[in-house]
Amino acid sequence: MINKIVESTSEAVKDIFDGAVIMISGFGEAGSPIELIHALIDQGAKDLTVISNNTGSGHVGLAALIECKKVRKMVCSFPRTANSTVFPELYSKGEIELELVPQGTLAERIRSGGAGIPAFYTSTSVNTPLAEGKEIRVFDNTQYVMEYGIKADFSLIKCEAADRHGNLIYNKTARNFGPIMCTAGEKTIVQAKRIVELGEIDPESIVTPGIFVNSVVEVSNPADESKLVKENRRYPW
Amino acid sequence: MVEKEIKKGWSRNEMAQKVALDIPDGAYVNLGIGIPELVADYVPEGREVIYHTENGLLGMGPAPEKGQEDPELINAGKKNITTIKGACFFHHADSFTMIRGKHIDICVLGAFEVSEKGDLANWSTGEPDAVPAVGGAMDLVAGVKNILVITQHTTKSGKPKIVENCTYPLTGKGVVNRIYTDLAIIDITEEELVIKELAPGISFDYVQERTGAKLRMS
Repeated sequence: MINKIVESTSEAVKDIFDGAVIMISGFGEAGSPIELIHALIDQGAKDLTVISNNTGSGHVGLAALIECKKVRKMVCSFPRTANSTVFPELYSKGEIELELVPQGTLAERIRSGGAGIPAFYTSTSVNTPLAEGKEIRVFDNTQYVMEYGIKADFSLIKCEAADRHGNLIYNKTARNFGPIMCTAGEKTIVQAKRIVELGEIDPESIVTPGIFVNSVVEVSNPADESKLVKENRRYPW
Repeated sequence: MVEKEIKKGWSRNEMAQKVALDIPDGAYVNLGIGIPELVADYVPEGREVIYHTENGLLGMGPAPEKGQEDPELINAGKKNITTIKGACFFHHADSFTMIRGKHIDICVLGAFEVSEKGDLANWSTGEPDAVPAVGGAMDLVAGVKNILVITQHTTKSGKPKIVENCTYPLTGKGVVNRIYTDLAIIDITEEELVIKELAPGISFDYVQERTGAKLRMS
């Protein structure tokens, strides 16, 4: 029998090792798997490379993982947002690396990684500093820059509902990077607001087919990041 | 008594209104963060425009009423929004397929500098100690058919933002089609910068003096 459900967030993240490459879903707080990130902080894996669009806000979730010095390098498109101070401070002290990637290129690199495509060409960033040192090719009189697909050892994902096969649906704009990161993680770990019976999600509506998912844990009352930030909460509590 | 200089030209809202008048019925539009967001308030009655927000929604509606905010329903500027009837959600690779695959008709962006060749600089001032951040700006200028820039004509200190060559790092080369400033609407053609419309009470010479590249009246 296939049963991808695990009982706790700590069990879900137990295999993550030092030096792992980890994709973390979310655009700002929408779709960020805060409870899985907190479990990862407790678990203690360090020297991580994290691929995520932003760098978190306040002192919880992804920002807390960075603040606890677990992250060696961030790969992202927009490392500073409102209430984002942890990453900028460490970056200005030279204590964390940054690979800056245009947002669409980041999405396509993840999609490619998940689809077994090692590299592709795009017109995004041609003639800008972000294309420096990269291969340029001309197709139909237009310049394109070569970008590599990326994969991760683990993907940490937040979704709305999941079943024991790992089929997923998301909520509104919290979907963002979730579906593509599920495909690009060697091991994809999902926190779901609800775990439902097989067949409860209409097969026509499933966004992430279960084949891309390895484990699912129910977190029925996920934290509201902006609320925690407003209250100036800090993880570990 | 020091004579206070009277603010000349269009206000931010009037600039946004000018952009909105140029957005045709049925257009799929992406609005950048800041002044571009004002454009949505001025689309003329009777035109149906679909707003794309690159974090994963077509059919973005206005801000929600107080108390109705949903942290999982936000726009690219991470502000709370609503959806219109007929809206749809999608993941990031699909969202940027819409952008990079040239499916979005119009994008309205802010600018640090625009060159006479249509080069745009709007993501980095190039300061060595600043944390660089790019988001979707480079994807938008590379993929959207029609790039409109809305910006003040000069910086706060009076430096021209429309220049022969950008001094800041580029977002894209030869990508801007039209600039809307507080002083004028300017088309970027193959050969030159052409003023399409002057703000009320503003002369050609007044605009030329505040521009770092040669202009022509249409």
